[in-house]
Amino acid sequence: MPLPTDTDVSTPKYLRDKYAIVGIGETTYTRGSDKTTRALGTWALRNAAADAGIKTSDIDGMLSYSNNDSTSATFMAGDIGARLNFYMDCVGGGSSTEALIGIAIGVMEAGMCNCVALFRAMNGFSQVRIGGTGARSATPVSGDMLHSRAYGWQSAGQMFSPTFMRHMYEYGTTPEQVAMVKVVHSEHASNNPKAYYKKRYTVDDVLSSRIICKPLHLLDCCVETDNATAIIITRTDRARDMRHTPALIRGIAGRCSKPRMDMHYQAGPITRVGGYYAKDILWPNAGVGPEDIDATGAYDAFTFTSMLQLEDYGFCKKGEGGEYVSSGITRLGGRRPNNTSGGHLCEGYTHGMNMVIENVRQLRHDADDSCPLGPDGKRQHTYDYREGGCRQVKDIEVTANLGWANPMTGSAMVMRRG
Amino acid sequence: MALQGNYLGMSLSIDDLDKENITYFKHCAEHDFHLQKCDDCGLLRYPPTTGCPWCASPRATWTAVEGKGEVHSYEEVHHAIQPAFKSHTPYMVLLVDLDSQKGQPSEHEALRVVGNLTTADGALAPPDMVRQVGIGTRVRMVFSDVGDGLSLPQWTIDTGAKQHPKPWRYPQE
Ligand SMILES: [Zn+2]
Ligand SMILES: [Zn+2]
Repeated sequence: MPLPTDTDVSTPKYLRDKYAIVGIGETTYTRGSDKTTRALGTWALRNAAADAGIKTSDIDGMLSYSNNDSTSATFMAGDIGARLNFYMDCVGGGSSTEALIGIAIGVMEAGMCNCVALFRAMNGFSQVRIGGTGARSATPVSGDMLHSRAYGWQSAGQMFSPTFMRHMYEYGTTPEQVAMVKVVHSEHASNNPKAYYKKRYTVDDVLSSRIICKPLHLLDCCVETDNATAIIITRTDRARDMRHTPALIRGIAGRCSKPRMDMHYQAGPITRVGGYYAKDILWPNAGVGPEDIDATGAYDAFTFTSMLQLEDYGFCKKGEGGEYVSSGITRLGGRRPNNTSGGHLCEGYTHGMNMVIENVRQLRHDADDSCPLGPDGKRQHTYDYREGGCRQVKDIEVTANLGWANPMTGSAMVMRRG
Repeated sequence: MALQGNYLGMSLSIDDLDKENITYFKHCAEHDFHLQKCDDCGLLRYPPTTGCPWCASPRATWTAVEGKGEVHSYEEVHHAIQPAFKSHTPYMVLLVDLDSQKGQPSEHEALRVVGNLTTADGALAPPDMVRQVGIGTRVRMVFSDVGDGLSLPQWTIDTGAKQHPKPWRYPQE
């Protein structure tokens, strides 16, 4: 893939590397948190501030997203002793992480605040189940929903499957190839002490797990967990005083969509996803191309979603995603590992946050695996990727996160080591 | 007036402010399939909207459309999440390219109409029928009556059409 030419100095490019992710925070990834989303959210926010080496009261901007299954910034801010100059609680799920980081940059660039914390708190297993079962599945169907839910077409897996199935038909993508996404991410998770599922799976394990919604087996679907995550963004010149090497934000595309994004697949090809359009914003804004990326975080709500995005952002040719994800490229030790934490399929489900958090850690060269701690408190990585071992990507400099909302909409972000 | 229905124990309703959906389903209740046809650019659209996706015109005329087409993609739900469907698995959701306006206004566009695979009477298809259908199957529209003045368009195998000898199905049965 040739690098995009980078001679056009348009507005977004002045902001390249001007802002950075300086703090990341997580709770445990669990089922049965025994906490409110408010308690989870403030826990992650405190962790993120401690990680950045700032006081929680240094946070003066706050962003969050949810589908009415979280607690808003108005409660969180007080609980961490922050008086805000800006806040906004947005509606949305997957692909919001990168998009809201873009908004954070925008409001700081506008002079509205100085230090933005973004959080996503959810009891995705024990309260509002992300897989769509439980109370949400039994709600009455009205209005426009008669064209979807009335047909038993409601959960994310159900809504996306026509895209997945058509991809197999058009390109000969096999269940075995797609299963490799789970296999690889489970290998990564086995080297992540925080991951909810640390077990390594085989292709056979995936294909012999029960069918949920053909073409999806149980193990093609992500795990439902309870957790909160937080990310702190500020200007890079301020980041220099903070605890860790900053992850500089190179470029972002946010909630970029296909035509007709009402989930009725009127605009084709239906195997094309939002990334097809987002790539033309992402790569020129970042001044790099797919070949420059050392690790990806391609959203794995399902095995298929990682594959489809990697294709449409140009990491391989359209239709060759099955080959790409089963080639070894996406493995630790491969040319361009994907979701080194185990992602949504294994680590836990956060609507995209943990994949950005993982890449920040990777860019710090400080993945929290089981490698021994050195005298500076940082891990002395062995780069031995066997089960239970290291998950740090060697000499990593540039990452790409590819966020997925649905086949029609995606967001993306390139970061580099500061 | 608002429409109310009950389908497999699931409550369905359309508010009386929602004139587009009310009109669409009123035609369905008469087992007629009508779509909005743009008064300005002449293109049909699905599902009902308040404006033309291609030219943004708010002016449209409800127009009869033939309920025939070909399965563009599908899924087969084995683990239902909605209580209404739990005792009907596996059920199939079909995305059907209507013959009308296929490939217009651009190559990969079509009026893709969703529906379950049903019998000719509009009842969810039994498993042996599900196994006959895949990408490429020719289907025709039928209706499930779910309330007074409310019917859902559905798809059944078009036995009168020339069928592909082996429609494409997911490799694992
Ligand atoms: Zn290590
Ligand atoms: Zn028009």
